[in-house]
Formats: sequence, C-alpha cells, structure tokens
Amino acid sequence: MMNLRRLCLVFLLVFLPGDALAVGEPASRIVLSPEIVESLRSARVMDRAAAIESLGNAPSDQAFTLLKALQEGALYVSRDNNELLVLDENAKSGEFVISGETIPVTDKDGLRKVGTSNSQRERISSLLSARMLRHPDANLRRRAVAGLLSDAGRIGAQDKPLLLALLQKETDEDIRQNLALALALLAASDAAAAPDELIGAAALLRDNALPGATQALEKLKSSEHAGVAAAAGEALEHKKIVAEWAAMLETLFFGLSLGSVLILTSIGLAVTFGVMGVINMAHGELIMLGSYTVWGLQQVFPGQPGLALVLSIPAAFIVSGGMGMVLERLVIRHLYGRPLETLLATFGISLILQQMVRTLISPMNRAVESPDFMSGMWRLTSSISLTCNRVYILCFCLAVFALIYAVMHKTRLGLEVRAVTQNRAIARAMGVNSARVDAMTFALGSGVAGMAGVALSQLTNVGPNLGQSYIVDSFMVVVFGGVGNLWGTLSGGLILGLANKFLEPFSGTMLAKIILLAGLILFMQARPRGLFPERGRAAEN
Amino acid sequence: MLRERVFNTSTRLFTSCTAAFAAVIAFCALMPEASAVHLNNHVVSLLGKYLCFALLALSIDLVWGYLGILSLGHGAFFGMGGYVMGMYLMREIGNRGMYANAELPDFMVFLNWKELPWYWTGSDSFPFVCLLIVAVPGLAAFVFGLPAFRSRVSGVYLSIITQAMTFALMLAFFRNEMGFGGNNGLTDFKSLLGADIHSQGMVVTLFALSALALIMAYLVCRVITTSRLGRVFIAVRDAESRARFIGYRVEYVKLAAFVLSACIAGIGGALYVPQVGIINPGVFSPLFSVEMVVCVALGGRGRLYGAVIGALAVNFIKTWFTTAFPDIWLFFLGALFVLVTLFLPEGLAGLPTALRRRLQGKTP
Amino acid sequence: MSKKLWAAVLLGFLMIGGRAIAAEDTIKVGILHSLSGTMAISETTLKDAMLMFIEEQNKKGGLLGKKIEAVVVDPASDWPLFAEKARDLLTTQKVSAVFGCWTSVSRKSVLPVFEGENGLLFYPVQYEGEESSRNVIYTGASPNQQAIPAVDYLMNDLKAQRFVLAGTDYVFPRTANKILEAYLLAKGVAKADIMVNYTPFGHSDWQSIIADIKKFGATGKKTAIISTINGDANVPFYKELANQGIKASSIPVMAFSVGEEELSGIDTKPLVGHLAAWNYFESVDTQANKDFIKKWQAFTKNPKRVTNDPMEAHYIGFNLWVQAVEKAKSTKVDDVLKAIVGLSVPNLTGGKATLLPNHHITKPVLIGEIQDDGQFQIVWQTPKEVPGDAWSDYLPESKDLEADWTPPINCGNYNKVTKKCGGAATK
Repeated sequence: MMNLRRLCLVFLLVFLPGDALAVGEPASRIVLSPEIVESLRSARVMDRAAAIESLGNAPSDQAFTLLKALQEGALYVSRDNNELLVLDENAKSGEFVISGETIPVTDKDGLRKVGTSNSQRERISSLLSARMLRHPDANLRRRAVAGLLSDAGRIGAQDKPLLLALLQKETDEDIRQNLALALALLAASDAAAAPDELIGAAALLRDNALPGATQALEKLKSSEHAGVAAAAGEALEHKKIVAEWAAMLETLFFGLSLGSVLILTSIGLAVTFGVMGVINMAHGELIMLGSYTVWGLQQVFPGQPGLALVLSIPAAFIVSGGMGMVLERLVIRHLYGRPLETLLATFGISLILQQMVRTLISPMNRAVESPDFMSGMWRLTSSISLTCNRVYILCFCLAVFALIYAVMHKTRLGLEVRAVTQNRAIARAMGVNSARVDAMTFALGSGVAGMAGVALSQLTNVGPNLGQSYIVDSFMVVVFGGVGNLWGTLSGGLILGLANKFLEPFSGTMLAKIILLAGLILFMQARPRGLFPERGRAAEN
Repeated sequence: MLRERVFNTSTRLFTSCTAAFAAVIAFCALMPEASAVHLNNHVVSLLGKYLCFALLALSIDLVWGYLGILSLGHGAFFGMGGYVMGMYLMREIGNRGMYANAELPDFMVFLNWKELPWYWTGSDSFPFVCLLIVAVPGLAAFVFGLPAFRSRVSGVYLSIITQAMTFALMLAFFRNEMGFGGNNGLTDFKSLLGADIHSQGMVVTLFALSALALIMAYLVCRVITTSRLGRVFIAVRDAESRARFIGYRVEYVKLAAFVLSACIAGIGGALYVPQVGIINPGVFSPLFSVEMVVCVALGGRGRLYGAVIGALAVNFIKTWFTTAFPDIWLFFLGALFVLVTLFLPEGLAGLPTALRRRLQGKTP
Repeated sequence: MSKKLWAAVLLGFLMIGGRAIAAEDTIKVGILHSLSGTMAISETTLKDAMLMFIEEQNKKGGLLGKKIEAVVVDPASDWPLFAEKARDLLTTQKVSAVFGCWTSVSRKSVLPVFEGENGLLFYPVQYEGEESSRNVIYTGASPNQQAIPAVDYLMNDLKAQRFVLAGTDYVFPRTANKILEAYLLAKGVAKADIMVNYTPFGHSDWQSIIADIKKFGATGKKTAIISTINGDANVPFYKELANQGIKASSIPVMAFSVGEEELSGIDTKPLVGHLAAWNYFESVDTQANKDFIKKWQAFTKNPKRVTNDPMEAHYIGFNLWVQAVEKAKSTKVDDVLKAIVGLSVPNLTGGKATLLPNHHITKPVLIGEIQDDGQFQIVWQTPKEVPGDAWSDYLPESKDLEADWTPPINCGNYNKVTKKCGGAATK
C-alpha cells in the first residue's frame, strides 16, 4: 500500500533542491537534501560520511534526532518503499523521517538497518556532544560527559568556557563531578593555570581511575611550582599503591574463578573416578552433554536465555545423569574389579558420544546466549570490578560442592556409597544393594558433570570438542587433591587455579601452565597420594 | 636353555610371521611396477608406520602388562626419539631449504635466530644421533622414574603424573621459543645418510629396519620377561608389598623396566619420523598416549604379541575406515573398543582361547 | 590360531594396495578435510561445499564429457594422517586434484607428498605466506591481502595509536605479527605502543590477559587489538572481552581468523562493532553471491547455514581447475599446471580472481564490522583486487625472494638479487 502523499514527498525530496521544501510540513522538520537521503539509503556504509557531516552542521532538532538514531542503530530503510524510518526504543513502532507518520512494527524482516562504522559513530558522538551537553534530558548529558572523559583527546583548551558554563548550570551531582574532572584534565595541560587550581585538579585526579589521569598527573609533577609538584607526586604514589592492590585482588579473583571452573569440571570425576575407581574417559563428554542441554533449552525458550539457563541446571543433571545411568547399566557394571579396563570402554564411549553430537546436531559450535544478569561487571570500587558471570560461577561451584558433600555425608545413599567403597563384600553382607548403589553413584557423578557443562556454556565453546579440552585437567585436579576425597578436589582445584594465575604475570600463559605441571609432578613425587590421602577402591593397589 | 625358554610356540610364530610378512612386503615392493603384486612406496611406508606404533605398544605392554605400571605418557618417549631423528633430518637438508641457509633450518631463519641453539650440537652426526635416540628417552625415563618409584608413586597416581609429563612436554614443544619448530614441528625432510628419503630403496630399507627392530625388541622383552627378573616383574605386579618384604628393591626393578621401555619407544619414534615425514608436538598429546594404551588393551595386555596385534589392528582400522566411512568411522572404532572390553576381556589375542572355550561349551 | 589373524591382517593390507585398479571412467577429485577431531568445526563445511560444487558441475554435464567423482577421506585433525591420506589419494585413488587442508601444519605435512608424487593441491585458507610450491595453488589470502590493509584501516580510519597483537602460538600469527610489527615500526609507531601476546591452542581462561590489555589501553591513546587467535580460543576470548566491558568503541578488535562460521557459534550481541578482515563476506551485495547463498542453503537443507571466506576460496579454486582442465583438455597435473597460470574466474564479490605465476590469486580486501545477527557489515574495501604475494616485502630474509612458476624462472623461491633459485624447489 503506497501512500500517495508520501510518494509525492519522496519525489520532491529526491528531485528538488533542499531549500525548496517545507510545503505543509511542521517547522521542526528540516530540509533533507537529496544527497543526504541517498547517502543514508545506500547499502554501502562507506557512502554515509558526507551525510553525517552535513547533518552534524545542521542546527535543527530533526538532524539531532536523526544522527542519534543513526548512532544507536535505530534508523532503518523500509524494503517496500525505500523510505527512511526511525524505530522507537522498544522497536515496536517506527516513525517515517520524511512524512512524520508513525506505523506499528511487528518484525524487522521488511526493514534494512542503516549501518554505520565505528569511526562514523565516533564522529557522530563528537558532533552531537556539544548539543547533548546542553540537552534538557539528564541522561543524555550524563552520557555526553562520560563520553568526553573516556576519550581525553577530544577535549581541548577551547572547551574550557563551555565546560565552566555547564558546571554552573548543572544540578545533577554525578554530572557535576564528571564536569569538574574534565576541567581538571584540561587544567593539567594548561600552562596558564593557577597553582591553586592545579593542586585542586591533582586532588580530584588522585581518586579517579580515568584513562588520562595518570598522564595528566605526570605532567603536573614536573611543574615548577613546588606545591603542585608535591601534590601530584603524592597523588601518583597513591594511585600506584591502589593499582598494586587492585592488581593483587584482581589476580586473586581470577585465580579463584579459574579454580572454581577446575573444581566444577572435576567434581563429577571425583565421584566416578575418585570414589568408584572408574577411569572415566567419557567424563568430558558428559560435561559436553550438559552444555548442549543449555543450548537445547534456549531453542525451546527463544528470547528467554535466563529462564533457559536456570531450567537447564536440573535438566542437565537429568540428561547427563541419565546417560551415566545407561552407561553404567550397559557397560561399566560388567567391568567392576577391572578398573583399568574401564579406561578402554569409556574411551570408546567418548568417541561415540563426540561423533553422535557431530552427526545429530552439527560439527560446528553452537551459540549459547548469555542472559543479561550474567554479563557485565560488578563494580566494587573505582579500580576493582569483577565480572558477573565469574562471580555467579564461583557461587554455583560452591553450591554444587555443598550439594555433593551433603549427599555423600548426610544421606543414606552417601552412607551406602562409602560403605561399598570401603568394603564391598561386607557392605553387601549388611544388606546394601551394591548394584543399585553403583548405578546411583555413577549417575550422580555424571549428573554433576552435566551441571558443570551448564557453567561452561557461559564461558567457552559449546561444540563436540568441549569435553576433550577439560578431561586432562580434571584428572589432574582429582589426583592432586587425593583420590576419593571431596575436600581434596576442592582444595586441589583452588590451589591449581590460584597458582596458575599468580604465575601468569611473571611467566606468560604458556610457561605458567608448564611450570604448574612440573610442580605437580614434583609434588606427587614427594607426596605420592596427593593432598589428602584417603583409602578407597582406587587407592588400594 | 635360553632358546627353549624364550622361543615358545607363540614367540616362534610371532617372529617367523613378522619376518615372513616383512620379507613378502619387501619383495613385492621391489618387484617391477608392472607386476601384479607390486606394492607402491605408499603402502610400504604405511606398513612401516604401523610397525613403529607396534614398537610403542610393545614398550607400553612391557611395563603395563608385566609390572602393572600404566603409563599414560609413553608417547613422550616415542616423541623424544622422533624429535632427535627429526633434528638429524633437518640438518641433512642443508642449503636445500626455502631460505637456502646451509647452517640453520628454515624455521630458525624465519624466527631470526642467528645460530643453532646448544642442544642442536652434534645433531648432524649420525652415530651420535643414533646414540641419542636411545639415550634421551632412557635418561628422561630415569630422571622421571627414579624419584617417582622411590617415593612409591603407584597406580592411578603414577598414570596421571606420566600424563602430566607428556602434557607439559606438548605445551613446551608448542612454544616456538623452544627451538623445535613449534606447532609445525620438523618437516620437509630430503635425505637420510645422503640417500633420497622418498626413493624406493630408502622406503623399503626403513620398512625392513622397522620390522627388524620390532622382532629384536620383541625378543629382548621375551628374554627379560621369561628370566628370573621377569618373574620378579610379575611378583611386583601382583603383590608389590610382598615382593618388597621378601627383599626385592622394587623401585629399581620398576625403574629398569621403565627405562628399557622408554628406549624401545624412542627407537619406534626414530623410525617413525622418516617414514611419515613429519614430527610435531601432537605425539606428546595425552590423547595419543591414551590411544596407544587402548591399542594394547584391545590387543591383549600381558602378552607381548597382543600389544603388537592391537597396534596393527587399530591403526589398520583407522586407515581403512577414514577412507571407507569418513563421516561415521568413529562410531565403529568406539563400538569396537566397548565390545572388545565387554566380550573379550583378554583382548584380541585372547580370541582363540575364548573361541576354544566357547566350542567346548564353557562360558568365558 | 593367531596365524589366521595374521593372515587376515595381511590380506587386509594387500586389499588397500589392490584397490588401485578402478576402471570406471570418471575424473576423481580428492577432498582432504578433517571431519573429526579439533578441526572438524571448521573443515566439515568445506567438504560440504566441495560436494556441492562437484554436484553442480556434474549437472552441467561434468568435465571433458566425464562425471567428476568426489573421494572424501577423513584425516581426523591428525597431521601425520594428513600426509598418509594425501599419499593414499594420489597413489592409490589416483585423483586428478585435491582440495583440502586448513591449518599450516597440515599443509606442511602434505607438501612433500604432493611434490614427491606430483599431485595438485588447492589450499583455501588465509595463511602466513613464505611458501610457494609448484604443486599447490593458494586460493586463500597471503599476509599482504589481509593483514596490511587491516592495519592501515585501524590507523587511518579509527586513528589507533597503540596496538595489541594477540595470537595463538603457531606459525600464522607469528608471521603475521612479525610482518605487522615491522610495518608499524616503519609507520612511526613506537615500540612501547605495541604489545605482543601469545597463547596456547584452545586457550580458555582469558581473564588476566584481557585485564592486561585493559591496562595497556588505559593511557588515553586510542588502542586496537589485532587478533590472530585461532578457532576454539575465540569464543572464550570474546566472551571475556564483553564481560570485562571492553566495547568496540573503546578498544576494537580486528580479527583475521573469525568469520561467519565462527560467529554462528557465538552470541554476537556483545560483539557488535568489532572487526574482521577477509576477502569475502556473506553480506557482500552482488547477484552472484546471492545465488551462491541460495544454492548453499538449499544444498545443506538449512536456511540458516552461513557461508564464509574459505568457501569462496574453494569456489574460485574449483572453477579455476575446471577451466584449466577444459583448456588443457587433460587432467594430468603437468598439463593443468601449464594451463592454469593466468586464468581468471569471477569471484563472489563482483570482481575477478586471476591466478598469478606465483600460484597465488588476486583478491579484494574487505573489512567488516560484526552485527548482532552474526553477519558482517562491510565498512571498507580496496578499490580493486590485490595480487597475493608469496614472500613478504617486510621480512628481511624474504624480501629478495619471489616465486614464478612460468618459464624461464620456474622457481618457488627465486632470489632477485643473486638471480638464483634457492633450495630444492626446482624439479
């Protein structure tokens, strides 16, 4: 359905010189020259530059809205009538740029986004910044000031009067602070600034982790005025100490987080291998199944990655645990008493499971979405922030550990498992159904592996090779901690994670891992039964 | 005495079969190309490669089957032998490389190295290299094994630290700074002792040498396992503490076997490299070692010929299936592993016994 | 008893030897891509693409009046197995050409085989250069067709002044970074403004490295990451990048090994605006490309299946080979090699790919920004095709070398100064 009026307008816009327009249009609408319209409509991003420049220099409100939409990726071209339209924030309706008419938008199939490149978006934000700084909407002002600060090169001495004027009018405390900071940065590179102003600037910059702050302070330190130099020197010293502490804490967190991943991937193995003595080479593939469960549930609940993720914790436990139960019944049950042969059988199973995923799903990686609550940073202080997903995974790891520990030590199943582990014959004589216990234990270990897969889906590739990359590390953690001891696995994982992260800054990633492995070998040669030696079926020989 | 002890039926069968097999292959290879039984170089060096894997499997079986030491890192010793040989072959290239540098291998020229690192000294002398092929893995096994066996690391603990060893080596060899060509490894060999490495004569010679090495290693293992020492091996495997209390120095028994086994693996690696034409850190990957252990288990552990059969069978299947069923061959291989474990506890080598029992109406 | 076993094994061995006698009248083409193991993620697609090209050619009536038959093998991401399979394809299956390999090491592994058996390999992946073999046609980009234009873009358009060169520790990143470092220094970038970092294959814990990069980028100077991180390590890398709050607007990443295929395994919303340099993107707006995508999605019966750069390389390689065979009226390697140099076939970006005497092809260089739908938006491209350079002009040891497989030079590493052909590459 083509609106005739609109068609005429398009015609006018394209074929008439820009200033001939304004027929029947509200005053706030501007004159879009045909060049601008063409360049915005073009499928080639490279063609956009000229339009951005001329819109940036146009004073009208609509130019501002248009540029903002362009920057935020809200400007589209309708595929059926080739007209520009701006989508609102929820992408539920769109307003035609030229006619001003609003239409509801159900899906974006009929629309083509007007793309921009990084450098164009940057250009737009510098073109808009002067207007945004004065904009009545505090949010826009806040963004504009933050933008100024993040790119120190953008502010120059000529901006000082503007910033001062803004500071006087500003009421929002946040924005005031950032404006003051921007002024402080300016002052540092201003040769004519008064010493008092400079000392004030140094004090402001002292407590801020801005990118350019250190450089500005270094400049101030070489000032001829003794007071300024001293203040800047003290501020730099303070910054250095804070940075060192922050780096230390950061490394500690990285270590804990790596440790938590190691624990998660090995705790299932601590049950199947550590407690039952099955050399389970298919452990990695059970983890992989857990990750694919997340992917599968996200296909079932499109648009709700958070819900899918939460649901997949029990679901992955069931999928991997069920697979573990089947394996135990079909294969591993026949191999008790021949622990080394479980290696051969489970190796075969791992090959089959890998190829099964390749054949049934895809040989390629699958995209697993991260829900909003799992992404981003959690800011502790201005210089320390922790990544949310890692914090969650750390907590998840502790929860899983607590769960397993509770099962093994507080439930009847756990009691029976420990009894069978210590002495199968006597346990059976006491009436324990050892076949059932074996099946349950193996299912439990496998299920936990599946839960680890849920966590890994948030960190790494979900693909057929997922399991392979964790299996060697998992065995090492379990053995390092001491076979058959859950506390050993917990501390083993944490120690290996922390050691790795504290070594990395000195030796680089590759060497850190090699040193760690060498250290592990030496440690085992000194303490041949790991951190927490305990008796178990596997430890007997 | 010795002859009777060593040459039982299976040994006689094994050595004569292997020798006859090698002779037939060599004969077919040397037939004129038009002949119906002619085998091309490709098949011959492929068979040579299998024999090298058989050597590695044999060395694993010596320590696993007879001493109960499950080494998940034997690929490391194989790789060491291979790299020593590879270094020699790299030096043989001389100025025929890409950058035509007579002194340095291509990858060093590329990394802007000005001279050979010290550990490449002597790698151009063939006798010295032959010594190193045995000495490097042997020494590594000694250095690794001595403290481990002394402090009585055993069972899965030992398995996992051997795995850690080979994993660490893999990461180390991946590093380009190590001076072994990083991930690309050593490749593009031209000649061995001055003779073209792709020539028919060389291919057949290498194949024959591999067969000879396999027979020799088999006999050495046989001699040892049937001697008094061999009985101590079994004692240690079955009741380590008791053997120790009787007065055997268990750690040295284990160490001796471990070192010997590493040397055999090293020879396997050294013969493998010129026949395959490349050595890269992949041989140090834990997965490769596990795969070799699986070969031994599949063939039948504790019988030397079992290991050989396992290695030949698995690698033959791999060659065959990856061409015949490229999309689904892993299903077959995986299923084979599972089925053999379940139904042939003694591996393929136990198949005849199992069949005989079945025929006599006994359940296995 | 075990005698029978031996006999069976022996019989099996002879079987492989005996399979050489195949009498059907087809032209055989080998496909040497890993279908299992770590590289299956990338290489399986190329196998499917080759099958599609061959099927299509057969529908058009085949080649020289014969049908083309694809021989698919699985080298299982195992490098020595690549050499074994290559030899099998050439000597036992007697294929006329092989399309295959992805990693540098797999190419290095098969190279002596192709030279020894006089085979013909089409290699479709961007690579480190420093090589030109008589028996290999390199249809992927060499460093000057990817790395150098990408850095120019970062410096000119994004005004980057500080560079992080992050890569996986193997030969392609090493070479690319070496060339780039020399190039950046020549452009006046200070040594202190370049940070080089190498990680192992499949590296999954990027926390510390990203934190370091963040610190490196916090000096107020515009910083960019040039990533030669390979395959599996990319997903955790980008995830960590997003989680630590590094956006394309603050520190953009320019990747050389991340294409549509890799993106289809990542949630791309946090990555919007990061860059990649290739010679083809699925979003290229040409009719040829649209038809290609349609055919591909129909062939794989998957309307969401993406295309990528190495696929286009195989498309060009296969068409070049078909044209050369038709011109030579023979599938013999020597005849095809003689015919193929100088041939041109259309590429999917609207231009032509010409095979140069150094066995590399001409390619346009495109720079794309990641979009939230997993596609790239092209933000820059070279005005015309760039000829591939086998030996980099920015490396001291290779700047005097050139490759030319036409008479009178006929050499893969010809020294322009001494006028001599180095090494053993001559036949």
